Amino acid sequence: MIWLAIIGALLIWAVGWFINAQLANSALSARRWVQVLVPVLFGVTILLMWEWLVRMLEVNAVILPPPSAIAVRLANEFPRLWVDFEQTIIKGAMTGYVIGACAAFAVAILADRSPFLTRGILPVGGFMAALPIVGTAPIFVKWLGSDWQSKAAVVGVMVFFPILVNTVAGLRDTTSMQRDLMRTYGAGYWVSLFKLRLPAAMPFIFNGLKVATTLALIGAIVAEFFGSPTVGMGFRISTSVGQLALDMVWAEIVIAAIAGSTFYGLMAWIEARVTFWHPSQRK
Amino acid sequence: MKSVLPVLTVVGVIMLVWVVSVVPMNMHLTADQAQRDGLAVTPDTPAARQNVSSVALALKNTHLIGATYGLERPRLPSPHQVGAELWDTVFDKKITSRRSLVYHGWVTLSATLLGFAIGTGLGILLAVGIVYNKAMDMSVMPWAIASQTIPILALAPMIIVMLGAIGVQGILPKAIISAYLSFFPVVVGMVKGLRSPDGMQLDLLRTYNASGAQGFWKLRLPASVPYLFASLKIGISASLVGAIVAELPTGARAGFGARMLVGDQYGQPIVTWAALFAAAITAAALVGLFSLLERLTLRRMGMVQA
Repeated sequence: MIWLAIIGALLIWAVGWFINAQLANSALSARRWVQVLVPVLFGVTILLMWEWLVRMLEVNAVILPPPSAIAVRLANEFPRLWVDFEQTIIKGAMTGYVIGACAAFAVAILADRSPFLTRGILPVGGFMAALPIVGTAPIFVKWLGSDWQSKAAVVGVMVFFPILVNTVAGLRDTTSMQRDLMRTYGAGYWVSLFKLRLPAAMPFIFNGLKVATTLALIGAIVAEFFGSPTVGMGFRISTSVGQLALDMVWAEIVIAAIAGSTFYGLMAWIEARVTFWHPSQRK
Repeated sequence: MKSVLPVLTVVGVIMLVWVVSVVPMNMHLTADQAQRDGLAVTPDTPAARQNVSSVALALKNTHLIGATYGLERPRLPSPHQVGAELWDTVFDKKITSRRSLVYHGWVTLSATLLGFAIGTGLGILLAVGIVYNKAMDMSVMPWAIASQTIPILALAPMIIVMLGAIGVQGILPKAIISAYLSFFPVVVGMVKGLRSPDGMQLDLLRTYNASGAQGFWKLRLPASVPYLFASLKIGISASLVGAIVAELPTGARAGFGARMLVGDQYGQPIVTWAALFAAAITAAALVGLFSLLERLTLRRMGMVQA
């Protein structure tokens, strides 16, 4: 039985890998649809092996539920998952993201007027961005209560430093030639900020905004481990783990993954529209 | 060296904001405590004080402002309280004591380092595979990139329970979470690094009749070192966060995460803050260590000017 399971799994792997290797080494590999198809096939192969091994080895659902069980759970519990999504992603992560980003912009633009402050903010901000800020979650939960406000605060602090550092670095990214040109046009501080330095900073700013999307979701979910109302993705993950309902945990993780890549994709899409002139965006 | 003064100024401003906010954050608690101790407080009932903002309360009771810095269970501890707690639990306790932060730090740090070593090792191997095998590149690389946009930290509680159910306990579950958090940044960074030699350099090696292995050891691997260090610095701080978060949902008894939870549950904010700062200092030390290694290695390899 065990042998059958392992041989079957290897067979699935071999078939999937054979098709992918053929596709990747064929003349078709430069085509767009092949570049999408290959990773999708790889994902499907992994899922099939997972399903096959769990069913054949009769792995307890408490350890690892099969993908089909997760899909069923995802479909059946959709209303509940949607409410969790709203609580954690929309209310917690998004609010915090917007507040943190706005605060970072404001501080960056104020600090930018003084080269002295800029030199101080870059290293300190970079240092703060590497710290385990998630750990402030219990403090914010104590201050602001267990509802989404405390999650938004944690997210705000987490996204603040990467966006700040990138914005400050971006605002410095103009050459003296460009700044001189603005001065010969008679442009004041605000005109050259809006017409030259902010546009020039956009690639940096979007870099920070993209890094911050993942941080926002992590902050909102992990902060719920420290206390939350009886709704939310982090709450559902920790209670479902307690009830050994792992298919529910996986369903939440699928939602979190989709939300994370959509959020990131949205930022990348806006970036492509705003910084269409940048070399990295040219086709 | 010219950025020392600006850095000190920024740190000073942050400390100043902290010190000033201690007063309004703790004012209501201080007023309640002062009344219990028989001091005069205006307004004189807790209910009436609830309707007064903390700043107004501080202005009306200027004689109590000093006391906001000395509460035993403050909402916002003052810097000197956190510093004293840190000093006490790091230097004055025996390192085998359960109250010693060095002990808790080692519990978290050992899991972090073990996981980081596993994650980095596997990440480099996978990166080599991706660079040399086109099928692997096309199948795995999109997933490795996509994995950076999803909150994989949410998997932590489940991995702990999953491994617990099959009998794996102790340091290993935490290390595994640390490992997968450092794994993906290393893969993405190393692939970029191993691919960084341009066509000219690869052609030169071909004219030397270098074998594939020689091309790897003499060109690709050295060229990837700057990228590796950039990834390592991201990976090590992600590993530490992973180990700390891994301690939270399981009710771990030891480690920085456990210390934060204890402070939170037993109403000892100073303990939470001290653990938080200790974790931050550890993270900073690790990143600093890798920056130093980076500088030394790159200088020795002649990649940066001394």
